[in-house]
Order: sequence, then C-alpha cells, then structure tokens
Amino acid sequence: MSTFDAQSPPPPRPRAWSGVERALAAVGLSGKALVIAAPALWLTVFFLVPLAVVFGISLTIKQFGRPPYSPLLTNEDGTVQLTLHLNNYLRLFTDGLYVAAYLSSIKIALISTIITLLIGYPMAYAIARAPDQWRNILLMLVILPFWTSFLLRVYALSGFMRGNGVINQFLGLFGIPPVVMMQTDFAVYVGIVYTYLPFMILPLYTNLVKLDGALLEASADLGARPVRTFLSITLPLSRPGIIAGCMLVFIPAIGEFVIPSLLGGPSTLMIGRVLWDEFFANTNWPRAAAVAIAMLIVVVVPIMLLQRAQDAVQDKERGK
Amino acid sequence: MVKKPQLAIDTRPWRDPAAKPFVRIKNVTKKFGDIFAVSDVSLDIYKSELFCLLGGSGSGKSTLLRMLAGFEEPTSGTIEIDGQDMTHVAPYNRPVNMMFQSYALFPHMNVEQNIAYGLKRDGLPRAEIAERVRELLALVKLSDYGSRKPHQLSGGQRQRVALARALAKRPKLLLLDEPLGALDKKLREETQFELVKIQETLGVTFIVVTHDQEEAMSLATRIGVMNQGEIAMIGEPTDIYEFPNSKFVAGFIGSVNMVDGVVTEDEPAHVRIRSDELGCDIYVGHGVDCAPDQHLSWAIRPEKIMLSREKPEGIHDANVTRGMVEDIGYLGDMSVYQVLLPSGKRLRVTQTNVTRGNPDAITWDEEVYLSWGDSAGSVLTV
Amino acid sequence: MKRGWFLPIAATLGFAFLYAPIVSLVVFSFNESDLVTVWSGFSTKWYGAVLADPQILGAAWLSVQIAFSAASIALVLGTLCAVALVRFRKFRGRTLLAGTVSAPLVMPDVITGLSLLLLFVAMEATIGWPSGRGLLTIIIAHSTFCMAYVVVVVQSRLGDMDVSLEEAAMDLGATPVRVFFDITLPIIAPALISGWLLAFTLSLDDLVIASFVSGPGSSTLPMVIFSKVKLGVSPDVNALATIIIAIVALGVLAATIVQLRNHNNRAKAH
Repeated sequence: MSTFDAQSPPPPRPRAWSGVERALAAVGLSGKALVIAAPALWLTVFFLVPLAVVFGISLTIKQFGRPPYSPLLTNEDGTVQLTLHLNNYLRLFTDGLYVAAYLSSIKIALISTIITLLIGYPMAYAIARAPDQWRNILLMLVILPFWTSFLLRVYALSGFMRGNGVINQFLGLFGIPPVVMMQTDFAVYVGIVYTYLPFMILPLYTNLVKLDGALLEASADLGARPVRTFLSITLPLSRPGIIAGCMLVFIPAIGEFVIPSLLGGPSTLMIGRVLWDEFFANTNWPRAAAVAIAMLIVVVVPIMLLQRAQDAVQDKERGK
Repeated sequence: MVKKPQLAIDTRPWRDPAAKPFVRIKNVTKKFGDIFAVSDVSLDIYKSELFCLLGGSGSGKSTLLRMLAGFEEPTSGTIEIDGQDMTHVAPYNRPVNMMFQSYALFPHMNVEQNIAYGLKRDGLPRAEIAERVRELLALVKLSDYGSRKPHQLSGGQRQRVALARALAKRPKLLLLDEPLGALDKKLREETQFELVKIQETLGVTFIVVTHDQEEAMSLATRIGVMNQGEIAMIGEPTDIYEFPNSKFVAGFIGSVNMVDGVVTEDEPAHVRIRSDELGCDIYVGHGVDCAPDQHLSWAIRPEKIMLSREKPEGIHDANVTRGMVEDIGYLGDMSVYQVLLPSGKRLRVTQTNVTRGNPDAITWDEEVYLSWGDSAGSVLTV
Repeated sequence: MKRGWFLPIAATLGFAFLYAPIVSLVVFSFNESDLVTVWSGFSTKWYGAVLADPQILGAAWLSVQIAFSAASIALVLGTLCAVALVRFRKFRGRTLLAGTVSAPLVMPDVITGLSLLLLFVAMEATIGWPSGRGLLTIIIAHSTFCMAYVVVVVQSRLGDMDVSLEEAAMDLGATPVRVFFDITLPIIAPALISGWLLAFTLSLDDLVIASFVSGPGSSTLPMVIFSKVKLGVSPDVNALATIIIAIVALGVLAATIVQLRNHNNRAKAH
C-alpha cells in the first residue's frame, strides 16, 4: 500500500459549508443560537405574549366601540393612568353560571374519560393480542378515525342519534318508540367517548403490545387464573399507557366546544362553550378573557404540573 | 506473547528517554457536573504504536478517547498531537479519525458513499476520491460490496467498512472504540489479526479502547489500564500481566490468587513473607521496597503454581503448602483446580493437560502439595 | 395461549361503535331524498351539488392553503426546536422553552383562539400589523399550535437516533450545519413527513381557533361545515364528508402499505 504513508501531509482544513456559516460568524451569531432563537422568539410573540394580553384585557370592562373593551392605560393631560377592573373575576364567583360550568366540565370530562378507558382498554388489548396478520389491519382501523376530521365525526354521530336517525329507525322495527338522545348530556358523553376513543386506544396499544407474553405464562404457571393474571400482571404493567391515554382524553374534553354545541342541549354546561358564547354572542371580551384566565389557573396549570410529576416518576422508574 | 517488532528502526520508543512522543496527554481532567470522569491523566503515545486503553465501564477510557477525537473538551490539561495543541480544536478540524463502537455507518448511504464522505469534505477531486475508495475497499477485502447499503452487510463486513471509512483521510491517529466488541468470538479472533496487519502495513498510530483484556493483550504494543478516571498502570502486555504494580491491576488482568502476609526478613537480595492464609512462608528471590513487619499482599497466577502428590523440595523452607482438591474444572486444553487450604483460603491452580486421558491425574478430594518458584509471584504494597 | 371470548366480542362491538355512524353517513350521502334519513333511491346528485357550490369550494381551497403554509412553518420551527431540546444539552432557558412548546398540547382551543385574537387586535391598534384578520392570522395561529405536535414527533425520532452517526460525520470533517443536512435530516425524514402530515391534518380540521382569528370573507372549510350543521343535517354535507373521509382513508391506506413494505424489505435484508 504505497499510498498510505505515515508521513502523509495533514489533511487540508475543511471549508465552511456555505456562505451561511461564514455570514453568521461575521455578525457574531452561532448557528446554535439561531436554532434556539427562532422557535423561542415565535413562541414568545405568539404564545406567551397573547396570554399576557388576555390577562390584561380580563382586567378591563366591556364598552361599546372598537375594540370593545376599556383601555388599560389612559392619557389625560400628560398623566398616564392605569385602570384595572376586577369585576370580571368577581362575577365568576358571584354568578353561579361560571362555577357550575367549571364543575360540570370537569365532571363530564372525568366520566367520559372513565367510560372511554373501559371501552378502549379491551379493544387495545384485543389488538395487541391479535394474530400478526390481523393486528396491522385492526390498528389501521383505529388510526383511520384518528386522522379523520373531528368535526365530521361529530356530525356523523349526530346523524346517527337524532330523532329519526338510524338508531331510532332500528328501534322502530321492534315497535319501540323513538328515544330522545340528541341535545342531552347523554349525547355529549357519547360524543366525547366516540371522538376520543382512538386517542385512548393508541397509547394503550403501544404499551400492551410490548408486554412480554412470558410474564402471563409465568403467572399462569404459578397457578393464577386468567382474571387474576390480568389484575396482578397486565393491569399494573400497563399503568403508563392508562395514564397517557386518560390524559389525551381528559385534557381536550375539558375545554371541548364542538361536542356540547352540536350534540348537547341548552342545559349542557361546559366552560369552553360559555367562553365562546361570552365572546361571540355577548361580545363581552373582558369577561371571556377572565373566563380563560380562570380556566388556565383551575384546569390547565394543574394538568401541566401533574404531567410533569408523571414524567419525573417515569424517568425515575426507567432509572435515568 | 511478546509483540513482534513493528518498524525497521527500534521498536520500543517508550524505552528511549530521548524519543519524541506523537500524542501527548498532559494532566487532562474531565468533570461532568461533580463527577471526575477522567482525573489528571498524563500519557505519551509514540508514532506507529498500537496503544490499548483498557478498563471497565466508567473507568474513563471512552471519555479520554472522545477528548482525543474532540467530542469532549477537557476541563483542564492539554492534548498535543504531532507537536500541535489540539485541546480546543473542533473534531472536524483534527487530523484524527475514529472508528465507532456502533460503527456509525450512515444508513442512507452505500458503502462507497460512506467511505468517500470524509474525502468529499476535504474537497478532493472526484477521480482521486474514486481511486482511494477503490484502494480502501481492496484493503478491507470488500471490493464487490461498494454499492451495498449498511443494512445489507454482515456484522464483520460493517466493521471493515467502518475501518475503511476511518482510514480514508489518512489520519495521523486512528481512534478505535471497542473495535471488536460487536463481533462474535470466532470472528473476533480473525479480525484481531487483520487489524494488526493493517496497522502494521499503514504505520498509522492506533489508540484502541477496550474492556476485553484478551483483546488488549494480543493487539497492543502497550496497554494503559484505567480505573476510576485514573491510569493505574502503563506497560507492555507482558509487564501488565507478569509484573502488575497494584492489587487492582493484578486482579483486573487475568485471574490471580492473592494472599495477605507480613514481612519477616527484608534483605537486599531476598524477602521472606509469613502468610497465615497460605500456611507457609513465601520466599521472594529479589529485593522488594518494603520494611520488616509490613503487612502486604502477594499475588500469583494460577499457572505458576505446581501440584504434586509427593512433597517437593521447597526453597529455603518456604514456597510449599498443602491443601485438598475441592473442585476440578475440565476445559479441554487445561484443567482448573480449586484447592482448599487448612486456613480456609481457596487457591486456583491450572495445569495443562499434556497426557491424553491421563488416568493418573490428580482428582477430587486428594491431598496435594502446592509449590512455586521464588520469582513466580508479585509482592504488592498498594 | 388460550384465547377467551371476551376480547374478540369487546373489540367487535368497539369497532362497530367507531364505524357505524361513519358507514351510515356514507350510505346516506348516496340517498336521493332531501330528507336525510329516509332512503328513497341511489343518487350522486349531492356530490354534484357539493362540487358546484362556490362557497364550499372556496372554503376548501382556503383551508388547503392555510394548512399547507401552517404545516410548513410549523415543520421548520418545530424541527429547530426539537434539535435545540434534544441536541443542545444545556442552555439558558431550556426548561422554559420545553415547557412553552408543549403547553399548546394541553391548552384548550378556545383559550388559544381567544388569546391570539386579542393579540392581533392589540397589535393592529399599536403597530398597525396585521391589518385586519384573515388568511395570514389563521396561518400564524395554526403554525403556533401545530408546532407543538411537530416537536413531539421529531423529538422522539431525534432521541432514538444514534448520536455517533453525527459524531462520525463531524469526525470525518463535516461542520455542524453540514452534518445536519447530510446526516440528521435524511435520517429523521420519516418523522418530518409524519410531523408535517399531522400538522396539515390538524390545521385542516381546526374549527375553534380559526373561528376566533379569521376575518370576514375568510371562512375555512370547518367553519362552513359547522354553520351548515348548526342549521341541521343536510345531504350535501354528507357528500362532502364522504369525499373527505375517502381522501383520508386512501392516505392512511397508502401510508400503511408503504410502511409495511419498508418494514418487510428491511426484515428480508437481515
């Protein structure tokens, strides 16, 4: 090998990849800083600042004109005056509607999540245990609704459940009088379960499919019946999947607007819908902003903290 | 096994105090948070050496290698390669290439593209790149595999592509991270010799990180044993095995019997150690840096102990003890005897099976004598 | 292992529940009658009606434009963010960035929509941009919430990727930017595609946020459907829904087949 010579000259310095790197270096910006700055700047302007704006506007009061809220800062004869109104927040407590809406949202989301889990778990388990050639087809059947328009699926359900819908026509064949399902809380529960079922099945499936079959055989070998094995092996091991699935259903369900407004009745109270009506029907922007801030504090922040704690527990279990 | 001379000129520059080292690691320390991954390591490596860094996981060997490649910056200390300070030079500006433990072959490029990647970064003319890729493929005996993707290759073939890719830029120094770690035992032995052959042909300096002592022993010109971020011993394979400088090195390389003792005679030409564990005195036929009444350890390799039914003549009334064969492990080429001494200590002794199907071999529950020469063991004070 | 009867039955009932409403919607989209639920004969007239409705076609085109732009912006920003979070081990504000980027995942749409609208109004009042609301404001809003999903998808792929591939390229003389385009990008490409598709679908599907930040004359497809549905079930919505579901189904089917084929090829090679 004559070309390989221990005395060969050192390789030339690699050229910079392009003008981009040199130009950045010229203004003293490293590529690394830029990579961080671009998304950080975007998120600051379009996510953090808006939340601050919402908070600011929640401290004003509704007035007629454009924009339909009182200014925070007024300038009279050179004196800048800051006017804060706490009325919106006081109204959240004094007007029973808001407290009831928050409580009812949590209740509806919680119950629907549990029902979704009860329906989704056996489905996920069945898919995970299905023979190989079936598994991909079944999985695709779950993924398909996942990608299909949410709004259209709610719409499909409403067509199914209405007074002269498929269900009632079917019942009619047996001489059973039509059941009123639409515009009830029942319809909202069904709607949430129906639309979020794939979100529950997918994380559960991902978890259950990794379950080592030998564990179940070992349990059976040691004398446990199938139900016992399920309760003491499968269920505890699938806890991360259960938590992930429940989070994916509960979180969006609590702020849901489309389902209560299309399927629910006038008495179905959900906070997302209250905010929407406050904004669009009453044009009370400050009140809507206060509802949003309260929702953030009562619902979103606890969920984020809970998720973080959950992540920390999982990291620890993985021995990080 | 003594390493065959590598170059025409003298082969062991480290024995020549005037020789100029090629890689100079000076007082290098690397901290991750509060943990010292590498602490105050100084090491000189000479041109055309095949140097092995040997250590368990967490010994700091990989961190040291990554600092040589430029992936980690030392917290303090300097690294010089061929007289140039490389401590803070980015990996892509170093005359150093690395062969990764996982091989790190780019999965979306074929074998040729993988090998050519570094050459393209240097902006070499296309014809020259093609020529060099061809040479390298011939060198690693993969000439017909140029257009395969990495996932279409076997483990051994991937390993060779990784080697060819790392050699492509003719680095001054090649770093190899567990180069044989992912191969099965048989392939590993074959590849080992091929690796040495390539290294000798090209004369490139190799630094190999490994946790496998056999691999280190058979590959290396010199070995640096690492423990808890520090270099425990640097030496030729025979030094490391036969003359370990500490209990750690003695125990880390190969198997060893270690006993405690007290110095009873400390003369310039010999030392006598009383060992209650052995139930006899140890006579060491050379001077040792110790003091009378000092407590120390003495280590002996299993193959350095002889077994016999009749009591052999000891040396100065020492170096012979008695025990009972408790267990025998038959390994084919040799047998491993576990002998229980009256003190409760167990010694491991190996004997080559010279005679085929020897009916007279020492067997279970036999009372035997164990004896050894006056320089068979090592006296260890640390 | 012995298979019980419970799981198959539960799965069958579950899938029936998932698909019965969709199947009935598809069937009735071919119904001749104006009355949505009474079958009177096969007809494709509602498809003709949909394809001739300028309002629906205009909204669909607007939605596609928005989804395409928003998914692309979200892909670029989300990928940068994922690279920063996964590859740069330590930098100031890392925790804040990680928290902020995942917040839209748990943020109810009504809050996201409201907050962005109030921002746009306040910005228009102070700096005069964006003037009015429409295509641009919807794209910005959708990019923001889609970005979080792209980050999740890309982050997990980057985390799974063997870092020594990037190190090897750097070792062979490639500068960091070069490494990203030569090595990282081709390897995470599948994640980028699924991230983009997810963002595209989410944007196409969004009703709530778009309702807040859209202006007069810029109704997206979900907004048009919603207002039609509010008035009651109409047969042309059935036809429109069937078209959309068919497109999605074909897409999912194609993706699954491609994925399975890749998987099989890879398995064969070993």
